[in-house]
Amino acid sequence: MTEIKLKQVRKAYGNVEVIHGIDLTVDSGEFVVFVGPSGCGKSTLLRIIAGLEEITSGNVEIDGDVVNNVTASDRGLAMVFQSYALYPHMSVYKNMAFGLENTKMPKAEIEKRVRDAGALLQITELLARKPKALSGGQRQRVAIGRAIVRDPKAFLFDEPLSNLDAELRVTMRKELAALHTKIGGTMIYVTHDQTEAMTLADKIVVLQGGSVEQIGRPLDLYNAPSNVFVAGFIGSPRMNLMSAEVEQSAQGGICLVSGAHRIDLPEIAGVAPGDTVTFGVRPEHILVTDRDNADVSVTVEFSEQLGGQTYLYCSGGGLDDLTVHQMGQMKTEKGDTLHLALDRTKMHLFGADGAVIVNGIT
Amino acid sequence: MSDTAQHPRSIGRLIRARRGGSKLHWTDVFSYIYLGLGVLLMFAPVLWLVMSSFKTPAGLLEFPPTLLPLGQISVDVPGFDDPLLLFNTTMEDGSVRELAQVRRVGIVSQMVDPNDPEQTFRVGIAQNEPIREFRMAWENYSDPLENFNFTRYLWNSVFVTATATFLTLLINSMAAYGLSIYEFRGRNAIMLFVIGTLMIPITVILVPVYLVVASMGMVNSLWAVILPGAATPTGVFLLRQYMLTIPRDLIEAARMDKASEWQIYWRVVMPLALPAIAVLAIFSIMWRWNEFLWPLIVLNRSEVYTLQVGLNAFQGELNVQWHYILAMTVVTLIPVVLVFAFLQKFITTGIASSGMK
Repeated sequence: MTEIKLKQVRKAYGNVEVIHGIDLTVDSGEFVVFVGPSGCGKSTLLRIIAGLEEITSGNVEIDGDVVNNVTASDRGLAMVFQSYALYPHMSVYKNMAFGLENTKMPKAEIEKRVRDAGALLQITELLARKPKALSGGQRQRVAIGRAIVRDPKAFLFDEPLSNLDAELRVTMRKELAALHTKIGGTMIYVTHDQTEAMTLADKIVVLQGGSVEQIGRPLDLYNAPSNVFVAGFIGSPRMNLMSAEVEQSAQGGICLVSGAHRIDLPEIAGVAPGDTVTFGVRPEHILVTDRDNADVSVTVEFSEQLGGQTYLYCSGGGLDDLTVHQMGQMKTEKGDTLHLALDRTKMHLFGADGAVIVNGIT
Repeated sequence: MSDTAQHPRSIGRLIRARRGGSKLHWTDVFSYIYLGLGVLLMFAPVLWLVMSSFKTPAGLLEFPPTLLPLGQISVDVPGFDDPLLLFNTTMEDGSVRELAQVRRVGIVSQMVDPNDPEQTFRVGIAQNEPIREFRMAWENYSDPLENFNFTRYLWNSVFVTATATFLTLLINSMAAYGLSIYEFRGRNAIMLFVIGTLMIPITVILVPVYLVVASMGMVNSLWAVILPGAATPTGVFLLRQYMLTIPRDLIEAARMDKASEWQIYWRVVMPLALPAIAVLAIFSIMWRWNEFLWPLIVLNRSEVYTLQVGLNAFQGELNVQWHYILAMTVVTLIPVVLVFAFLQKFITTGIASSGMK
């Protein structure tokens, strides 16, 4: 069981700093997912932990030991690459045994470990094949198997599922989760897919532009994003985020004015008339109602009927791209007017700097 | 590649290949003429060499030359020391007789009847038609192989070629590994420097290199031929460019797998660079086998001659034994042809594709 700590880690290529002082603790046995858009530095951060990239300043600690100057091969971690990086000239067995042979392990022990890992991942019958004779999913298993046999201190996954088709990705996702339950072990997983992050992680680290935006359990990030970026990134389809001016309301509270829409809210600490704020509400927290109870009235632009649920993409009165989620099937046509009520208890309010003011208004 | 995988290559397919459709398109005709010309241009000299290597010295000097090794029949005539050449001579009365030529003065030949040496004739050479037979002069091959130290030269050549190629592959691949896998300041500058040495012709450095070799006491040793050219800029360049195409992930995966640098080089990079290494091996074998100038300079004793230098021995100051030179040239060609025949597919795959998906 391994604990990994990053302390004020910075990385620069020449004059360009790509990782801006990251502090992070990965607890022993935890499944941590680094998530963020392309170029946010998540892969770089993983490679820093692996020892494949040197850091400019700060400390990387594994089990309390600073490993800044320890080479990748001596850190005792295993990595699964996005491209799988299977050695094309070696059989599956050799691929998995290669790391063990390098440690001068006895042949019998290597054989046992490879067979065990093969059985665990159900690739026993593939052991004699070359990687080019395997499908994408099988290659993925071999790559994971190559990591498992080493019995590493921690597993590092660099977007391991991004080369698989959608169906296989879902299957492999479940298997990865099951694998973590079965073998335990600290795992760090990089992905740009927030669904993978939500389903797999014990703890999600949201990164953007080389900085940590928020660290937390999946549902905590979903329910209480600490800023606009996390609010928009976590959740699919994404949260509706709209900018508004705050005005004094006639009822004694405040009023958010966005285009032609006025949304009345009670008094909120930290929000004063004249401020510019961003309010957010997830598609599933919008109710279709009648004219009298409506906060906003919009026109349906486009709808997606999935059978079990319906997504409506609406606009009107200065609001663009308002997404509404409805359970079940709903007969609508382009141009229909919808009256919508926003669930106040699930509404998020962000200040002009993007930081959250309040998650859920009561 | 996938195309050839679906249609196994055969000579029959190859020479009946068309642009498509059942009719012969004009581009097909043009292609065949063009390719035929190419074959003629490349192959005719080789064919001529092989045919001529079976000709007798007399047959070689004959004008007009013949393609087939046709030797003129000569007969022993009592009263003459040397065998005489046999001709069909048209006599003044129109009859044709088989006569041997004693000597020829200007356009007049003095002939003798081989069955009746007392009887001599003087005829114009226009009336003489040489009597030939198809005869392979195997002695062109057997004589030098028996009388000259040819097996010795052959062994020297094989030793030089094999050792030098092995060293070249080892040294060049290690240099290429360093220049492709590691990233360090000045990497490209070093590569440019290495390639820059290609600009220096061998004739310029001949004397300095000879001095170095001589001061190391290697003159008249095969190592004097092997060592100076063991590291070739072309080889380093070729291998390095190929190794650059090996995905970095593989190297990093090997690092994560606790592989030492030597293991990464030997067990990951070398097997993956095999197509390029095969290409370099073929080149190196051809270079070394055909090398002439440098061995000629450093090898002065006949027991260390390589084949190419040995061949030179047939070229005397006063007369050149063309029949032996031609025959032995054919012998020296055989190994290179064999190497090429077996390894040529690596050249195309090695140069054309990166070998990876």
